[in-house]
Amino acid sequence: MNFKALLLATAVSGTLFAAHAQAAELTVGFSQIGSESGWRAAETTVSKAEAKKRNINFKIADAQQKQENQIKAIRSFIAQGVDAIFLAPVVSTGWDAVLKEAKEAKIPVVLLDRDIDPAGKELYLTAVTSDSVHEGKVAGEWLVKTVGTKPCNVVELQGTVGASVATNRKKGFEDGIAGASNVKIVRSQTGDFTRAKGKEVMESFIKAEGGGKNICAVYAHNDDMMVGAIQAMKEAGLKPGTDVLTVSIDAVPDIFKAMAAGEANATVELTPNMAGPAFDAVIAYKDKGTVPPKWIQTESKLYTQADNPKAIYDAKKDLGY
Amino acid sequence: MIRSLARLMPVLATTAVFLAGFLLCSLVYPNFASMRVVMNLMTDNAFLGIVAVGMTFVIISGGIDLSVGSVIGFTTVFLALAIERWGVPPLMAFALILIICAAFGACMGAVIQYFELPAFIVTLAGMFLARGVSFLLSTESIPINADLYAHLSDHAIRFGTGARLTVPAMIMLAVVIGGMVLLHLTRFGANVYALGGSRAATALMGINVPRTTVLIYTLSSVLAGLSGIVFSLYTSSGYSLSAVGVELDAIAAVVIGGTLLSGGYGFVFGSFVGVLIQGLIQTYISFDGSLSSWWAKIATGLLLFAFIAFQQITLHLARRPARRSGRPSPPPPAAIAQGVARP
Repeated sequence: MNFKALLLATAVSGTLFAAHAQAAELTVGFSQIGSESGWRAAETTVSKAEAKKRNINFKIADAQQKQENQIKAIRSFIAQGVDAIFLAPVVSTGWDAVLKEAKEAKIPVVLLDRDIDPAGKELYLTAVTSDSVHEGKVAGEWLVKTVGTKPCNVVELQGTVGASVATNRKKGFEDGIAGASNVKIVRSQTGDFTRAKGKEVMESFIKAEGGGKNICAVYAHNDDMMVGAIQAMKEAGLKPGTDVLTVSIDAVPDIFKAMAAGEANATVELTPNMAGPAFDAVIAYKDKGTVPPKWIQTESKLYTQADNPKAIYDAKKDLGY
Repeated sequence: MIRSLARLMPVLATTAVFLAGFLLCSLVYPNFASMRVVMNLMTDNAFLGIVAVGMTFVIISGGIDLSVGSVIGFTTVFLALAIERWGVPPLMAFALILIICAAFGACMGAVIQYFELPAFIVTLAGMFLARGVSFLLSTESIPINADLYAHLSDHAIRFGTGARLTVPAMIMLAVVIGGMVLLHLTRFGANVYALGGSRAATALMGINVPRTTVLIYTLSSVLAGLSGIVFSLYTSSGYSLSAVGVELDAIAAVVIGGTLLSGGYGFVFGSFVGVLIQGLIQTYISFDGSLSSWWAKIATGLLLFAFIAFQQITLHLARRPARRSGRPSPPPPAAIAQGVARP
């Protein structure tokens, strides 16, 4: 009898405890695209850390770059009855049906890093993305401020032709330097976002510009191309970081290494922490019913040699970049 | 009676694995044992289920069709362009693409038959061709906004809390039932089994081998086209990169479902359960939320190994008693399955 009572008491308190624990913590499912790039791997690592910080039960499904896997993952998140779903969409179309199901089940969906087709606007709570035009602008404004009134010929390493990120970062940079007539883009060519191509294109720029004497600064649409360009400049006997100013975008660990060595000047961060603001938006929405704006823009932070690049490199190198 | 039971062993084993797996998942995750999850399994794997039916016919006949994934991709791109850019009514676009796929499959079948080439090579060429053409048509994902698509993707039979039998799921179930009828109850089905048992013997029996071969690959491509239609409904868009590698998932489902890769033996129902098992593994992984999704592939690989080993053991056991009693060994299940020889 006593034993039975004890068992019952344990069971009851167990259930109560479980119920309490469930009420306290949110469960969020994240349909991640995959781990195709270092940045994406870092995003996954940072998202997990951010979830842990907020005591959120976080479930990640890696879609291996396939939309059908993302749709499947969202459906099973709905079936599990999670409190919110994060989605980093691999393509911008084809989400209507499954997002409608989420809406019917009253599960808010937050888009991370990429947006979907405008038709689906009412189907998600908010989108946390960075503004790539703004990123380019931050880079351009830094350069204008740094060179002051001196004339400055800039060579530009573009991203993949036609990629929206490349178009936007180009436009943003042009906006950033528009006010300064002394800063001019003299050459601009695609380096396909890769290190090897960045080096190759930089070599041809150096040849075309009298051994690099006429180049005052290099702007690259991503850090990887800049790392290649730095290599090319060193091989041509130039001193990147002192003879030639460099500014690029993304803030991957390797550029901090170059900055610590004095070979690079500045980078604009594309933060891998998209989940942090998304968690905060979901928590506010769940607790107080606060509806966030449709677009949460992440900070495009500028880092220079003055920001202790060595320490940032150490902090970033294990994120999976 | 015992023999027919032994014949069904692989399918029964697959079904048992599925049920045991489902039970296990339900014990770990209380929300798992719901109609919603079962219906999601149907909807999310509808495109795979449809091609797996076609693949079952091909593999039983002793062949292979590597082109199906690319045909799905091509179909989605074609439909998106036809409906959105060229202004073709959706139903007409469906009919058109099925005709194109039928012609494509018939050509592959004819090449395999008349040039006496291995199906592996011919359908590999078909795979590159279909994928290449879809990239040529468009490299971007094209949304399909036709009313019919919105209507079909909203339409579903709802029951319980959130469970819904969607149009893709309905189409898949219809294809599975149709495939079972075609394979097990018609002359064409019997010919497919015979072809897988022995090509030469089939020809000697007076069965039209060329016609059967061409029809088998036509069927597989048409079902791949249908699967592409379902896929485009599923994502409301056309994308040249969609359904990459689906042919391998389909082959895995067919083999897990108990069909012999060497041909002559197998069941449509087994392939259907094989598809559900793969879906089950994926669902488990997203319920868990911390496992790498690549475990799905690992689990599928292990299951494949297990089932191939299991098939070999049952085949071996089926032959043993006869040898011991000194009678001539009975024909392999392939021959029994299609009734060519009864000892």
